[in-house]
Amino acid sequence: MEKNIETIIDITGLNKWFDYFHVLKDINLTVVKGERVVICGPSGSGKSTLIRCINRLEEHQQGKIVVGGVELNDDLKNIEEVRREVGMIFQHFNLFPHLTVLENLMLAPTWVRKISRSEAKDKAMHYLERVKIGEQALKFPGQLSGGQQQRVAIARGLCMEPKIMLFDEPTSALDPEMIKEVLDVMTELAEEGMTMICVTHEMGFAKTVADCMVFMDEGKIVERASPDQFFDNPQNERTQLFLSQIL
Amino acid sequence: MHTTPIHINSMKWLHKNLFSSSLNTMLTMAALYLLWIVVPPAIEWSLLEATWVGESRSACEPNSGACWAFVDARIEQFLYGLYPATERWRVNLAFAILFLLFIGLFLAGTIKQLKRSWIVTLILIPYPVIALYLFSGGSFGLVEVETTQWGGLFLTIVIAGVGIVASFPLGILLALARRSEMRAVRSLAIAFIELIRGVPLISVLFMASVMLPLFLPEGVNFDKLLRALIGITLFQSAYMAEVVRGGLQAVPSGQVEAAESLGLGYWSSMRLIVLPQALKLVIPGVVNTFIALFKDTTLVMIIGMFDFLGIVQAATTNPKWLGTAVEGYVFCAAVYWIFCFSMSRYSISVERKLDTGY
Ligand SMILES: Nc1ncnc2c1ncn2[C@@H]1O[C@H](COP(=O)(O)OP(=O)(O)O)[C@@H](O)[C@H]1O
Ligand SMILES: [Mg+2]
Repeated sequence: MEKNIETIIDITGLNKWFDYFHVLKDINLTVVKGERVVICGPSGSGKSTLIRCINRLEEHQQGKIVVGGVELNDDLKNIEEVRREVGMIFQHFNLFPHLTVLENLMLAPTWVRKISRSEAKDKAMHYLERVKIGEQALKFPGQLSGGQQQRVAIARGLCMEPKIMLFDEPTSALDPEMIKEVLDVMTELAEEGMTMICVTHEMGFAKTVADCMVFMDEGKIVERASPDQFFDNPQNERTQLFLSQIL
Repeated sequence: MHTTPIHINSMKWLHKNLFSSSLNTMLTMAALYLLWIVVPPAIEWSLLEATWVGESRSACEPNSGACWAFVDARIEQFLYGLYPATERWRVNLAFAILFLLFIGLFLAGTIKQLKRSWIVTLILIPYPVIALYLFSGGSFGLVEVETTQWGGLFLTIVIAGVGIVASFPLGILLALARRSEMRAVRSLAIAFIELIRGVPLISVLFMASVMLPLFLPEGVNFDKLLRALIGITLFQSAYMAEVVRGGLQAVPSGQVEAAESLGLGYWSSMRLIVLPQALKLVIPGVVNTFIALFKDTTLVMIIGMFDFLGIVQAATTNPKWLGTAVEGYVFCAAVYWIFCFSMSRYSISVERKLDTGY
């Protein structure tokens, strides 16, 4: 596979504390354009905190995070610039319950990208069709199933046409029969070359799409490897223990 | 289709709602007895035995019921205060325009070309300017009517209307400030809210009307009504802020995170995502505050203004009408009740309209 080698996320020497709790310790991570990174690790190991630092939902105290050439610091302009290019999918969907599905999708393109309403609507319908949910456009999120809501959330992220998508356990809040429909959408997205960082425990999904596996424990990146090596021949004993519990 | 005869249905209803247990039966009987001793005399006093027209209290003497002649004789004053009789059409015109705008607001749901947001904008921006011009005049051919001549129900509605329209956005800003991440902003908001909530409205009004001029430089003096409006607005905005804050706290943090991750800034996230959800949750509390404000306007009496209640009260002390205090207060209570009850009903219909099933 031919790939344009261009670093799109560059994290160096990242440290973060919640008050006195050292939650991220000396994190170094680079992601190149089009790369699919899957992060896993035990609960409380800092996976969510790490990916939330990438779009500055969490502030870091030490180290450097550069996303698409823009450094994340106190400069609000930089933060807004990064957020426009980075989409995020949450465990609990976080759709806007007072707006219809269509309005959920049109909101950011019209208010942030400032495109016309009709253009935003076309775009919204396009992405709703892509996540196979076009017929639900006029419903409110509360009227949809969990799987449908998460697909709407993915479409909402895609409407901003981001360069990077972050997923924080996108299927953990779903009933088992709905997990597949969401993973299918994500797999399609991966096949189209989207740069993705995905926190998930769906190892089947990780094996098929990931270019790179990252294992975190107690705020550190313990192991980083290709999926083949990661699953067949993990180097670190904590990774081995974790995989033996989860597989 | 199978239908049950009406009388069976109503028997069922009676049994289910009024006589389902012995306690319920007793309560029903007690309620019926109370109605029996209260309602007939009330109807007799207020309608059957009442006097409707007359020149003074003595005209009512022959009948044992209410002396509505008092209200009939003084109604113009109750409505307009000392506003000159020849200029009252201006007040009527302003309220007629407002009435039409409200009708437009109600129809906005059914007629497509009528956009609700346009009408709200009309009510909030050009309308107050037009109304102010009509009420006070002083240029373009309208005689000036000083605010000291404003009174009665007209003054009550002006104070309550301005108070509601101004304290609502101010309260929202205060609530946002109180939750701000900037420490100075937050402290200022807390200090203001706690200070204002800790004192009675009477003292705020008194300060606004008596103390404020003492601090202003000599010769600078602004309208007493304006001072009262500022006092009432600041007072109510502190209460509004706490009501709104309750709503803000109930919106999950994931909503702001989703908005921010889509690139929306603080103000857009608040306006488009958080406030619509928060305000919907606190409609009952907001309307409660509006109703309290409407009734609190009667306190402007103590700084020498004659609002609706004030002017009715003053009229009962007129030698010609001594002994009509009960009629005056009952009439006032009925009018205040109509306004407050309408607000309450309107809020319920808004709540229904905003229900999206979450
Ligand atoms: N806002 C916060 N304040 C304080 N501690 C937090 C906060 N968010 C997360 N933590 C703590 O940081 C650690 C890592 O959390 P998180 O990144 O959510 O872990 P993971 O996603 O891997 O389960 C946990 O111990 C959690 O309790
Ligand atoms: Mg997590």
